[in-house]
Amino acid sequence: MLLAIDTSAGTAVALVADDGRVIAERSTADTRRHAEVIGPFLAEVLAAEGSTPLAGVVTGIGPGPYTGLRVGIAAARAVAFARGIPLHAVPSHDAVAFALVEGGVAAGRFSVVTDARRREVAVTVYSAALPLPREIEPAHLVPRVDWVPVEGVAAYEVTEIPAAPLAHVALARIAAGAAPLPPRPLYLRQPDVTLSTPKRVS
Amino acid sequence: MSATVLGIETSCDETGIGIVRGTTMLANVISSSMDEHARFGGVVPEVAARAHLEAIEPALRQALAEAGVTLAEIDAIAVTSGPGLSGALMVGVGAAKALAVALDKPFYAVNHLVGHVGADVLRDEGEGEIELPTIALLVSGGHTSLLLVRDLTSDVELLGETIDDAAGEAFDKVARLLGLPYPGGPHIDRVAAEGDPTAVRFPRGLTLPKDFDRHRYDFSFSGLKTAVARHVEKLRDAGEPVPVADIAASFREAVADVLTAKALAACRDLGVPRLLLGGGVVANARVRALAAERCASEGVALRIPPFSLCTDNGAMIAALAAQLIAAGHAPSTLDVSADSTLPVTTIQA
Ligand SMILES: [Zn+2]
Repeated sequence: MLLAIDTSAGTAVALVADDGRVIAERSTADTRRHAEVIGPFLAEVLAAEGSTPLAGVVTGIGPGPYTGLRVGIAAARAVAFARGIPLHAVPSHDAVAFALVEGGVAAGRFSVVTDARRREVAVTVYSAALPLPREIEPAHLVPRVDWVPVEGVAAYEVTEIPAAPLAHVALARIAAGAAPLPPRPLYLRQPDVTLSTPKRVS
Repeated sequence: MSATVLGIETSCDETGIGIVRGTTMLANVISSSMDEHARFGGVVPEVAARAHLEAIEPALRQALAEAGVTLAEIDAIAVTSGPGLSGALMVGVGAAKALAVALDKPFYAVNHLVGHVGADVLRDEGEGEIELPTIALLVSGGHTSLLLVRDLTSDVELLGETIDDAAGEAFDKVARLLGLPYPGGPHIDRVAAEGDPTAVRFPRGLTLPKDFDRHRYDFSFSGLKTAVARHVEKLRDAGEPVPVADIAASFREAVADVLTAKALAACRDLGVPRLLLGGGVVANARVRALAAERCASEGVALRIPPFSLCTDNGAMIAALAAQLIAAGHAPSTLDVSADSTLPVTTIQA
């Protein structure tokens, strides 16, 4: 049984059995209340844990606005540490890509798009495949005004990242023996700092 | 039996994990991202938040090892929920809530500033318990606040605070102006030791009679900073050498004077003969010396917790939560937010 957490867009938490069955799920699209809702969501979802203890934690690593994204990663790391169980990192777009392919929505080449604020979007390009969609181009930022979907590549822009497919991707990655990813945000921008030189005051 | 509490502090640039049993400190691990901010001359919130995320788990491991306790022996999880840098606070709050839920332990979200006062309960035996009420002067790179503490867990009042820069920030900015490294406090302290504190009479913010109605206990350091800048510019424009030691000493004197004068005015006005200092600026030799001198001459008892408990740390957060538990306060709810402007009257969120 895996606990999956994603705060790259809104906040989503799910408890998923080893066979992929979703045992409990909570989510909100609210992009401003990650630090608040993460507590009740975790408590409510883990209340369904029952007698089989958690075997691992899955964290979405974005792309997404960093302030919110870090809340989920910090929480996932803390649960894994508290329980002494493995932590699996999954790019958040992978969850969407998996759901699109599994649901028969996406085929061939397609891209997953999320808002990256500052008039930019984050784009990951995939080739449809199961159990794991293949990543063709890793997540990158594109100015929203310049961004036009490539011909023949369907673009799916989403505003929520569901947690259950994040766990499904983790299960598939584990089964396929995929190399583990570091549980660290996909930082697509450098910290926003200006090295100010003292200005004249007179 | 006293509660064993694990405290997490991420309000600024120190990731602090502390473990406390009642009023006994078992571990106090601090991981600072100060070096990463040095080239920017001040704390960069995004840099601080990134560092917190990476530092929490290693600090947790180290604190548990130092305390010699297992997670199962922890009775409660405490965290700073504000005030502080929003993105930095959120990392600690997310981690603390998840720890509490995963371990099925009560969760206490507490006020950073009151935590600074709470640190005092951790001092060694024989030094006596903190007597209340007390005035508390909390000065760091992130805050400059004057409090009246009647009860640590139920009655704290904000008398005044900075209306612009924190005192520690003013030290950083003046240090840059004088070509001294970051963080400014220790470097200004070092060069000021060789300087004449009466060389330049820099302004003392909000100390004129006209300020007394609205800002009797408030602080302002931006005028002082500008006055130092103007003074340095004038010398440079005239092609004269800049007497760094004298300017540093005069600036430091202005800060120490206004901090201690206002704190002692509060002691006098409110009839509270006790003053507690907290925050990183307590490391400043002149601030400590002037506070000691003025407290002695006015019959005010001065308390300064050990320096490792004055800078931001997790032990003070755990200590405050342990006091709340001992006083019978129920845990915080799991939906509390990280509040960058949490008022000091909200001791527990
Ligand atoms: Zn502080």
